[in-house]
Amino acid sequence: MPSSSLIAPGRHGKKASGAIRGEDSERLEIDLLLSGIRDRYGYDFTHYSRASLLRRLAKARDQAKAKHFTELRDKLLDSEKSFDEFLKAMSITVTNMFRDPEFYQELRAQVVPVLKTFPFIKIWHAGCATGEEVYSMAILLHEEGFLERSQIYATDFNKQSLDMAKDAVYPIGNIDSFSEGYQESGGKRDLSYYYNYGYERVKFRDFLRNRITFSYHNLVTDGVFGEMNLICCRNVLIYFDKILQDQVLGKFEDSLRHGGFLCLGNRESLNFSAVQPMFEAVDKKQRIYRKRSVPHAL
Amino acid sequence: MHYEAIVIGVSTGGLDALKGFIPKLPASFALPVAIVQHRNQRSSDFLAEHLNRMSALRVVEAEDKGPMCGGYVYLAPATYHLLIEADRSFSLSVDALVNYSRPSVDVLFESAADVFRQALIGIILTGANTDGAQGAREIKARGGLVIVQDPADAEADVMPKAALAAARVDYIVTLDQLPPLLLQLAGK
Repeated sequence: MPSSSLIAPGRHGKKASGAIRGEDSERLEIDLLLSGIRDRYGYDFTHYSRASLLRRLAKARDQAKAKHFTELRDKLLDSEKSFDEFLKAMSITVTNMFRDPEFYQELRAQVVPVLKTFPFIKIWHAGCATGEEVYSMAILLHEEGFLERSQIYATDFNKQSLDMAKDAVYPIGNIDSFSEGYQESGGKRDLSYYYNYGYERVKFRDFLRNRITFSYHNLVTDGVFGEMNLICCRNVLIYFDKILQDQVLGKFEDSLRHGGFLCLGNRESLNFSAVQPMFEAVDKKQRIYRKRSVPHAL
Repeated sequence: MHYEAIVIGVSTGGLDALKGFIPKLPASFALPVAIVQHRNQRSSDFLAEHLNRMSALRVVEAEDKGPMCGGYVYLAPATYHLLIEADRSFSLSVDALVNYSRPSVDVLFESAADVFRQALIGIILTGANTDGAQGAREIKARGGLVIVQDPADAEADVMPKAALAAARVDYIVTLDQLPPLLLQLAGK
């Protein structure tokens, strides 16, 4: 092959108009699928970010062996069991313990000193998935000496993920990256202090789990929690469109006490959100915010 | 053809490849560029800052729900998939790895092909895995244009070769040939 010549083997873009018609009808099929799910089961995906929703829907369609989204819709509306499977496929995220170690460093440096001043600390971990980041938080609170005074509410809408989180059991293969995150985040011991090992799995110790209440909660359709000192919701809002992001951020604002902290994912922010005037940035880079007592004048 | 956006996938050897051609694009270059560069977790903001200092275009990491604007080069943040929405804003996800990668080139290319269809240019550069091949095929299926770095010119030839095997691409070029070709395509 000549290495320095422009080669244009030809264009093959002639079929575009037929494909576009197909895509538009697919869009309609998806709208019908989502409204069917909302009406039948109360799960509302209509304000999810479409691009990643589409990938997940396509995967769910293939897993259900449906030929198209209309067939998937029929299957899901017909059987709760297949809907459970669908829900599982729709909410699998992959996380790690101490994901983004710098975030936990800043949490120790800037948030912990304030939390420590309270006799009792309430923390809401929204969208806890399989629990890795909740146990990270519990370990951090233990090392800072106030886990015993804290209550963590960990919620998710995926019951299967919640069950896994409650079990506190993870494959031993994950431990190297867990430990690495723990050390980089400013961990004070060896991570193995916090788990027991057996049968190729680790189980986090009960004194961590005892301070965590796991419960079902759907950020889209369920209400607020009261008087939180800290809300941690990292890499959940990226799955929502602007409208739904605003609604959920409003729930967080309602759930926080004055001076309470809100922690978002590394690439999420309050920019352009309606609740922005209610918060000040504690750490812009790590996306740590604090609720003001009075709204900031714009 | 009037093109509206460029997506680029690059892996092993990517830093040198990107340094070799992004700085050669003028500030007036009107098409927004989104890049998935495979990298390890630690090197987060460094790449964007480094390229930005060398370039006339503004190089930034993509923000969730941020707009995709001309004059900018957007990099997928480390450990997130980067996708493009119908309103031409970005969204991010932490879904499972695709082709052992997050960000994955296929994820960016497929979502961009959905949105821009025939107005999209996809570019596959050096890399040691096959991520991007499926995405290149998807861009061609929607009538878009695909450019692949000549495998003989690439530091790692697996990714260009995989794309060439998967899709009937429009141009096979060296890095040096890329900036003039893009200027020509953007000018049409």
